[in-house]
Amino acid sequence: MSAAEVTAAEAGAAEATVAQITVRVPAQLRSLTGGAREVALPPGTVADVIGSLEVAHPGMRERLLDEDGSLRRFVNVFVADEDVRFLDGLATDVRAGQTVSIVPAVAGG
Amino acid sequence: MSFVRGLSCRECARSYPAEALHVCEWCFGPLEVSYDLEALRAVVTRERIAAGPHNLWRYADFLPVETKSPPGLGAGFTPLIKADRLAAKLGLGELYLKDDTRNPTGSFKDRVVSVALTKARELGFRVAACASTGNLANSVAAHAARLQMESVVLIPHDLEVVKVLTTAVFGGRLISVDGNYDDVNRLCSELADQHPDWAFVNVNLRPYYSEGSKTLAFEVAEQLGWELPDHVVVPVASGSQLTKIGKGFSELVSTGLVEAHDVRISGAQATGCSPVAAAFASGADHVRPVKPCTIAKSLAIGNPADGWYALDAVRRSGGAVGSVTDDEIVAGIVLLARTEGVFAETAGGVTIATLAKLAREGIIRRDERVVAYVTGNGLKTVEALEGRVVIDEPIGASLDDVARALEGSVLTGAPA
Repeated sequence: MSAAEVTAAEAGAAEATVAQITVRVPAQLRSLTGGAREVALPPGTVADVIGSLEVAHPGMRERLLDEDGSLRRFVNVFVADEDVRFLDGLATDVRAGQTVSIVPAVAGG
Repeated sequence: MSFVRGLSCRECARSYPAEALHVCEWCFGPLEVSYDLEALRAVVTRERIAAGPHNLWRYADFLPVETKSPPGLGAGFTPLIKADRLAAKLGLGELYLKDDTRNPTGSFKDRVVSVALTKARELGFRVAACASTGNLANSVAAHAARLQMESVVLIPHDLEVVKVLTTAVFGGRLISVDGNYDDVNRLCSELADQHPDWAFVNVNLRPYYSEGSKTLAFEVAEQLGWELPDHVVVPVASGSQLTKIGKGFSELVSTGLVEAHDVRISGAQATGCSPVAAAFASGADHVRPVKPCTIAKSLAIGNPADGWYALDAVRRSGGAVGSVTDDEIVAGIVLLARTEGVFAETAGGVTIATLAKLAREGIIRRDERVVAYVTGNGLKTVEALEGRVVIDEPIGASLDDVARALEGSVLTGAPA
């Protein structure tokens, strides 16, 4: 393998990493991720991300969305630390490199 | 021995052990402490309570702790003050103030922190933590010092100076976050996940913490001669306090300590942060989060965890949720101070201004026995009064100067 090939392969790997988004998984959902606190997924809308989560870790969707496909009352989702209810909800874009946090709503006060 | 059976999910009723858990693993609903009310009913009497200490532990049978005579700062059993002059001003009949400005760190938060940190010690925690709009910061830092625990307190960066200083004085870590309370709260939820060995009083200890607010109901009933009031007005931030006051009244009825009686529960918010009042007004059954902008910083929670439950408690009881502007809040503080000699923080201004508004609208009636909860001391938020109360320039130290300064004033020396 030439030096040039190695560089290209490393660049490809780096690109694949950069092109991902990170989902932070709360304790309550880690039984579905085999204990993983973070999951890397392709970018898309929050709805796409939940779709990919469901494919990778079946059972996620029904824990996060109600029967109408809306976010459950006690689930907060943040993209880059902003509550998606202040953005475009499930249609909010998650760009490569951004973090999605799933956080139980019941806290504080 | 306590009467605790365990924790159960308010939404789906799944049960959990009485540990440091606050969220249902299945539906993310809030966990609540459940009690063996039958066993409690068999033991508890008015005499047993009256023989207890002059603080919130006189109601220990109704609280989720095992410790006998827990150490602390003596929170609770604050005065219930009959407020005849304020009642007359507002066109009301029998009005009382629950004066929780008199707690050790000047707010009702000493109640919830006493319960949370007693439970935290029982569970073996050595670090006390919280997300706070200020009053909780004071209380957690003070109680941690008293109980020889370490503390980590997170606050939004723009709190009142006094609340920051009176937290820092107790030592412990005080972390100011560039964001609003809801940002701090989100951060603490994630931190609590990362540090399961910290007792976040309002995150992983929240089921125990929130139970402390029931004592606001118990005391009022006892101080009214073991009767329930007709109507209460409660400030709403997360909505937990209002919800738990309602729960407190119900537990008194179900354990036979008072006669069953409907209590109307009304909520008070600042217009600059009124997600629950907005949901009440529009008839919505969801509380839409808002970005807070109000001088009532202790109530500035835009995404209230118990907003829905507070709304539900208000509606079921036939109460209302009102909201008042910053000017009305200051007017409320001044009115309370001048009629009753009680100096409340901005949250108390919200309560009194909302009481006035609901009285004007005929929602609170003259024939009702009313209790307004004044939950924090005015010394904490003196900034709110700057430029709003008149302070004269200094004068010379002569009798003539005093006479000139008093010109136009009528001081009769007779009682008002």
